[in-house]
Amino acid sequence: MTSLKHRATIWDKLHIDLPLLLALLVLLGASLLIVYSAGGQEMAIIYRQLKRMGVALIIMFILAQIPLATLQRFVIPLYCIGLILLVAVLIAGVTINGSQRWLNIGITRIQPSEIMKLMVPVMVAWYIGKYHLPPKMKHLFIGFILVILPTILIQRQPDLGTSVLVASSGIFVLFLAGVSWRLIGSLAAIGTISAWPLWTYGMHAYQKQRVLTLFNPETDPLGAGYHIIQSKIAIGSGGLEGKGWLHGTQSQLEFLPERHTDFIFSVLSEEFGLIGVTLLLAAYLFIIARGLFIAVNAQDAFGKLLAGSLTLTFFVYLFVNIGMVSGLLPVVGVPLPLISYGGTSMVTLLAGFGMIMSIATHKRILVH
Amino acid sequence: MFKGPTTIRDHSFEANLFARRAFIAFIFVLALVAILFINIYQLQVTSHDNYQTRSNDNRIKLVPVAPNRGIIYDRKGVILAENKPVYNLEAISENIKNLDNSLKELTKLLNISEQQQTNFLNDIKHNRRFKSQILKSRLSEKEVALFSVNQHKFPGFKIEARLARYYPYGDTLTHALGYVAKIGKKELLKLNSENKTKNYGASRDIGKLGIEKFYEDTLHGTVGSQKIEVNNRGRVLRTLNFTPPIPGQDLVLTLDIGLQQAAQEVLKGMRGAITVLDAKDGGVLAMYSNPSYDPNLFVHGINSKNYKKLLNPDKPLINRATQGRYAPASTVKPLFALLGLNEGAITETSKIYDPGFFQIPNVKHKWRDWKPWGHGTKADGYKVDVYKAIEQSCDTYFYDIAYRLGITKISDFMAKFGFGEKSGIDIFEETTAILPSVEWKKQRFKEGWYAGDTISVGVGQGYWSATQIQIANAINILANKGVHNPPHLVSVTKQGSTVNLINNDEKEPIILKNLHYWDIVLNAMHNTVKKTSGTAHEAFKGVNYDPAGKTGTAQVVKIAQGEKYDEKKLKEKHRDNAMYVGFAPFNDPEIIIAITVENTGGGSSVGAPMARKVMDYYFANKTKELAGTP
Repeated sequence: MTSLKHRATIWDKLHIDLPLLLALLVLLGASLLIVYSAGGQEMAIIYRQLKRMGVALIIMFILAQIPLATLQRFVIPLYCIGLILLVAVLIAGVTINGSQRWLNIGITRIQPSEIMKLMVPVMVAWYIGKYHLPPKMKHLFIGFILVILPTILIQRQPDLGTSVLVASSGIFVLFLAGVSWRLIGSLAAIGTISAWPLWTYGMHAYQKQRVLTLFNPETDPLGAGYHIIQSKIAIGSGGLEGKGWLHGTQSQLEFLPERHTDFIFSVLSEEFGLIGVTLLLAAYLFIIARGLFIAVNAQDAFGKLLAGSLTLTFFVYLFVNIGMVSGLLPVVGVPLPLISYGGTSMVTLLAGFGMIMSIATHKRILVH
Repeated sequence: MFKGPTTIRDHSFEANLFARRAFIAFIFVLALVAILFINIYQLQVTSHDNYQTRSNDNRIKLVPVAPNRGIIYDRKGVILAENKPVYNLEAISENIKNLDNSLKELTKLLNISEQQQTNFLNDIKHNRRFKSQILKSRLSEKEVALFSVNQHKFPGFKIEARLARYYPYGDTLTHALGYVAKIGKKELLKLNSENKTKNYGASRDIGKLGIEKFYEDTLHGTVGSQKIEVNNRGRVLRTLNFTPPIPGQDLVLTLDIGLQQAAQEVLKGMRGAITVLDAKDGGVLAMYSNPSYDPNLFVHGINSKNYKKLLNPDKPLINRATQGRYAPASTVKPLFALLGLNEGAITETSKIYDPGFFQIPNVKHKWRDWKPWGHGTKADGYKVDVYKAIEQSCDTYFYDIAYRLGITKISDFMAKFGFGEKSGIDIFEETTAILPSVEWKKQRFKEGWYAGDTISVGVGQGYWSATQIQIANAINILANKGVHNPPHLVSVTKQGSTVNLINNDEKEPIILKNLHYWDIVLNAMHNTVKKTSGTAHEAFKGVNYDPAGKTGTAQVVKIAQGEKYDEKKLKEKHRDNAMYVGFAPFNDPEIIIAITVENTGGGSSVGAPMARKVMDYYFANKTKELAGTP
């Protein structure tokens, strides 16, 4: 076996996948640069961001040490706790900006939907991975229930962005497990048909507004369309080479909303131009390719499905964020992964990469 | 190789299945990233120019910069209207923190009236965003200091130095000069319709009256602009480009402020007006209407209490020299004499019988002379000639001329002297008054013209009304023997060293059948002052210049047949107006004067002495200047 010839490096012992780590550190470095520019050039913001990165990297490192065999023992209780917390949020959560997403647990506020971003793929991958691939109808159905339950609870908060991410993480597991194309086709058809009642009854007014403005932002330049218009101006005016670091007028003069969080991609595009955008996309593609490579080479179905799902969810993050700030998708409040200012998504994402690293580095131990 | 018994799972099949799915997913990822990339490529490369422009539009604002308004000088270079720095307490509402509290505290500190607060709140509500609005204007030095010390307590409020119009001579010049004040709604609409809104982008004031209004375009100048970079809250970060405004042109008036002050002094306590014209070119040397008011009150917004004061029965807002319609009375008798001579109705020597009244043949009604027993003496057989008629202002003589000439000839002739139309003086506040004619009466009363209507017109009464500027202009034409230099206030516009003479066009002169007719009438006016029997003799006794003139006493109400005019019995408002017209020196006229005083009676006892005082000033001042001591 090839694995026997493989010499264990220091990184293998630390359970760190070096190419992945380097790519992640490149993005985190870029994040510091752009957040500094977008956040009014205040070092205080940089220190806070550095602290969060530190915490997230430590969590990643810890998770990388836990073999899936250990993890799978706690899958069901963790998933159930997650679901209970989601229900608790709806009953006793803290409302911020019209959304009830946070739960006050004495010391700090936690966001159970963030935990579910990890627990849903873990749970579904474990459950589907237990059985033969491709999964049978019965397992598919239960798997689907495991996805849809937390999705609906999160959607009720309401938090469209997170519910999309959670739902896709589960769906990716099912897709990677080899759901027949016929089933995918029929589900797609049903989805299209059920879009109308979802639009009519399932969405909040502000969510509908976001979708409507997407299609024609210029109709409401000072209201709902303002964000998209200013963002497109920022991106478009950046041109090929950009206006230069700290010299983006749209961001420095504060025409761009949510500059250091959801709209940070526009700042990057304005200041670093198409060249910067290309480099960023290349870094993202490298991480995705590496994640899928690890998934394909994983030892068992659970590991394959989990690593693949986490990697593809990471892609959903960046696709939705870049799509929304450049005017392709509605503004749904998804940060640019690993670049946007803010701790929660940083921790969740790096925790996910911790699990991927664990899958990448624990397989030989399982073999023997 | 490890071989289990019956393996439930086919690992290599599952691995292949997963690998295929992962590959498809990666292809999907690549396709979606390509879509993102193409979209961003379109934004950043294909539509770059468009977004570049919009990005600049966001941050670059063109701020208009107001030009300085032209200065107004009198004929000797004395400043009559200037721009003075004032300190205003202003605020941009978007920058204020806690408006209510700030207002309360500022009121305590700077004694801000309730009206100022209301105006301020209205202004910030109704004006475009980020425009500075005035809370209190014209702060004193003490107030400026007081605010500056406490400024940190009032974020958003600041003291701005601006130029504001100032009229150093106050009420002396109001009716001629007018004033500027805040641009109102109507003016905004008008500017809009004339496409001048842009030029007024930074201007707060506009001419509202008098010369300030008439010469608004000349005085205002051209707006400049400042290209600035702003952030999304409108805060100015830096100036990118500056195009300076072009200041308005200065005006030099024909007016002499000293003479104007003399006119004001003379009219003190009376209602009336004085106009003095330069006989050489029609320039207005003085034009004063009493009562007057301080134009500076209007510049910063007059409060309602002060404005109500101006709405009193003495009507200070009216310019009596150009808007007051008075019966010209005996001041136009010289013109009738001229018309009579030109038409052959009278000659230099012809005489009429004056029993003290005039009657149309076979009509009972008597038109009375002001002198109950007439102007004739036993020695001349109770007969009056043209000289005596003018010197003594004989009504009967002119009743007779008017009757014989008829209204149409009178109307046509007087129109040549400018009656019944605007004199064209360079202010908008002017009325045509009424020069009656057959057509006019038909239109006005739907009635025919009666012979009787003509008789009172002969002594400047009846339907006839005129403005003082019309009368002064007519006398100017007369004194210059037909040469018509229309009256005007401004003679020069100046822009830096570029000087333009304006208003120096003559109108078509009046030509009589015989030049000598002018001399007859002018001699008679000379006699009015020179001869002891003249109505203005007493007033001009002992002057060291050579004046000529004509007095007038205008009836305000009709006196019933057989009744006597008794000043004491009449209400003040119904008493006669005193008038005087004249010029000097007789041989080479330099100035024309016209005076009207309401309800004092006595053209010769009130009007003429006032005229003398003004003329005395003119000639005394002229002597002084010639002696080299201005």
